[in-house]
Amino acid sequence: MSEAAAHPAVHQHTAPTGFIRKYVFSVDHKVIGLQYYGLAIVAVVIGMALSWLMRLHLGWATLPIPGLEKLSPAGAPGNVMTPEYYLSLMTMHGTIMVFFVLTTAPFAGFGNYFLPIQVGAADMAFPRMNMMSFWVTFVAFLALMSAFFVPGGPPISGWTAYAPLSAVGQTSGPGEGWGQTMWAVSIAIFCVGQLLGSLNFIATTLDLRTRGMSLARLPLSTWAWFITSVIGLMAFAVLLPACILLILDRTAGTSFFLPSGLVFGDQMLPHSGGSPLLWQHLFWFFGHPEVYIAILPAIGIISHILPAFLRKPPLGPRVLVGCIASIGFLSYMVWGHHMFVSGMNPFSAILFSVPTLVITIPATIATLLWIGSVYGSRMQFTTAALFCLGFISVFTTGGLSGFFLAQPTIDTYLHATYFVVAHFHFVMAVAAIFGMFAGTYFWMPKMVGRMMNETLGKIHFWLTFVGVYCIFMPMHYIGLAGNVRRYAAFTDNFLVPLIPVHKFITIAALLTGAAQFLFLFNLIWTRFRGPKAADNPWGATSLEWSTTSPPPFDNFGGRQLVVHQEAYLYGVEGASADFIMQTSSETVEKP
Amino acid sequence: MSELELSAETGHAGLMEGSPYGIPSGKLAMWCFVLSDAVTFSALLFAYGYLRVGSPDWSTPFLFSPSIVNGLVMTFVLLSSGLTMLASVEAAKAGHTAAGTRWLWATCALGALFAVLHLLEWRRMIEEGWGLFRNPTGGSTEFGAAFFCVTGLHLLHVVGGVFALAIIALGFRRGKYNRIDVEVTGIYWHFVDLVWMFVFPLVYLMNAK
Repeated sequence: MSEAAAHPAVHQHTAPTGFIRKYVFSVDHKVIGLQYYGLAIVAVVIGMALSWLMRLHLGWATLPIPGLEKLSPAGAPGNVMTPEYYLSLMTMHGTIMVFFVLTTAPFAGFGNYFLPIQVGAADMAFPRMNMMSFWVTFVAFLALMSAFFVPGGPPISGWTAYAPLSAVGQTSGPGEGWGQTMWAVSIAIFCVGQLLGSLNFIATTLDLRTRGMSLARLPLSTWAWFITSVIGLMAFAVLLPACILLILDRTAGTSFFLPSGLVFGDQMLPHSGGSPLLWQHLFWFFGHPEVYIAILPAIGIISHILPAFLRKPPLGPRVLVGCIASIGFLSYMVWGHHMFVSGMNPFSAILFSVPTLVITIPATIATLLWIGSVYGSRMQFTTAALFCLGFISVFTTGGLSGFFLAQPTIDTYLHATYFVVAHFHFVMAVAAIFGMFAGTYFWMPKMVGRMMNETLGKIHFWLTFVGVYCIFMPMHYIGLAGNVRRYAAFTDNFLVPLIPVHKFITIAALLTGAAQFLFLFNLIWTRFRGPKAADNPWGATSLEWSTTSPPPFDNFGGRQLVVHQEAYLYGVEGASADFIMQTSSETVEKP
Repeated sequence: MSELELSAETGHAGLMEGSPYGIPSGKLAMWCFVLSDAVTFSALLFAYGYLRVGSPDWSTPFLFSPSIVNGLVMTFVLLSSGLTMLASVEAAKAGHTAAGTRWLWATCALGALFAVLHLLEWRRMIEEGWGLFRNPTGGSTEFGAAFFCVTGLHLLHVVGGVFALAIIALGFRRGKYNRIDVEVTGIYWHFVDLVWMFVFPLVYLMNAK
């Protein structure tokens, strides 16, 4: 330890032997990255299954769903879910997806795998802490899953867990006993895991870059992971005390979030002095940066992948980094736009609306830079490239609805309608996941040494792309028509005519969900039957393509790489090939 | 600074780009952790302030003696531990392992003293009827919740620091840890002290009778 602490940690241990050390408690960032990715796959399947259950109920509220009673006898008597159980499933769907899919796969998954390689390091700065961060996240996942099986079932307060519902305890509804407490415990543990991960990303990016890898030569994906981890460092630090205060309110009789005069089921509760608005402030101060933590890695990933298939450098890469950084910075100033209708002073709404609209500026610039990069290129339409283009499309669609929601006057009407559901699903559930898909199709050859099936991939893309528009585009319409979100069934006069739209959305969701099995099949098939991949099957420039597929234990086989080039030298005139790798010492005369 | 450390901070004998901050990774990670922890305490202090401002019947129960006096003594103890920490870092930098270790133990002892004084104060308050949701003066029950949570989280950090200091002191003596490790622990310890410099005025002095 004495030398390791004196200088940046370089790989000091030999390759591990034994199954446990190699695949379970591994300190190798590549294994940890794959573990995070695997966790995300398990989580996304569960989260998607929950969404199917929800959608079935929304389209056909009285339809019995076989097997549901086995999952929860109280929540689904006769296989028809109660409204409260719908809310439980919705809460778990949101929590699993936002935390265990969107914060793990694009960030902890691909970031852990590729950040050290892209900077030319042999591993992360703190390998053992890295291992701890995964296992802490895993424990958090188990704690969350336990909410399905504890008495009362999962909580019903939504992934946002607003007080007083979430803070009162058993009396406020099914799932609000043990379920809500396990939720809070799980999320608190998750925060710790993410903090440890962020420390590693920051130290590795700043300290472990190989010779020649100046900050200006970093790939865009590395920049995105780095900026995301800086955001995460401060965001999760606020959610942790919020969850602890929530746990105290639920178990220790405090009233941080509970005002006096609450009556539940004919019982006046003894709490007083607290404020539900306090929870909203604390939660959203975390919550808004969190959604940027979900999207920025995907932005970095597709910005990194796109040039490889355009065979052209990206337009304005330094501006793009500036956009990513300013989105990260601004993300801390806008949390109140989730609280426009909370009863706060309307003037404060302006204070939050302005930076929210300002945030659209770097996001728009980034989108225009991508579109500008595509201009004049001869694109290779691989699956990864298609998902990049799809990302641009859905990110734009989702972002556009954000312009409306950013304005308090419009949001007063649209808040808690399906318009909001459409907005965040487009940017998070679709765009960020497209980034994940693009990353998978692009990097799978590197990670497992085998090429994925392109035909299956392209079918997967088109079915998914059309499918997500079919699912989420109509939600804008029904939201504008006044369709309230978080309702288990629609019985009001103005909602009943919208049920056919819900049926359409449900069918689209089920079909699109089924299409994802093509992806899962492709993953498994590739691992065992895919054709062997070369070191650099895409002709890409960054450092991960300067090593074998898959990379050896210490990433570069004992070599210390020297970087001579910036990251995206594609289609340079006068060069010996249509790309120049970062490790190449080729110099090209500028015309 | 040894040559190895110098070269490490400027890029490990030219094999790597130097860290833009010119400090070892362990120190950088500790600074990032301190930043994150500062945000955590800020969130908690924000919650305390929010509840206090929104509370029409907030209690201010701290008499000068014993509460504020006790608080002043605890502040003095913690500040002194900061000085002893500085001394240990200086000794470690100069290569005086024995002296560095002694100063580390002094810091550890002062931290432990702080924790004991704090726990005694808690016990006195609990005996008077204060609790997480109990206020013997009949005022807002938020007082107890805020007080015990804020000081409790800080106390947790102090106790954690005391353990860390003990481990570092033992290891430093034996050569397992070096001056960088001492410095990293020092950064954490000074942070804990800094947090107290916010907690004492905001929680104790503002609630003095």
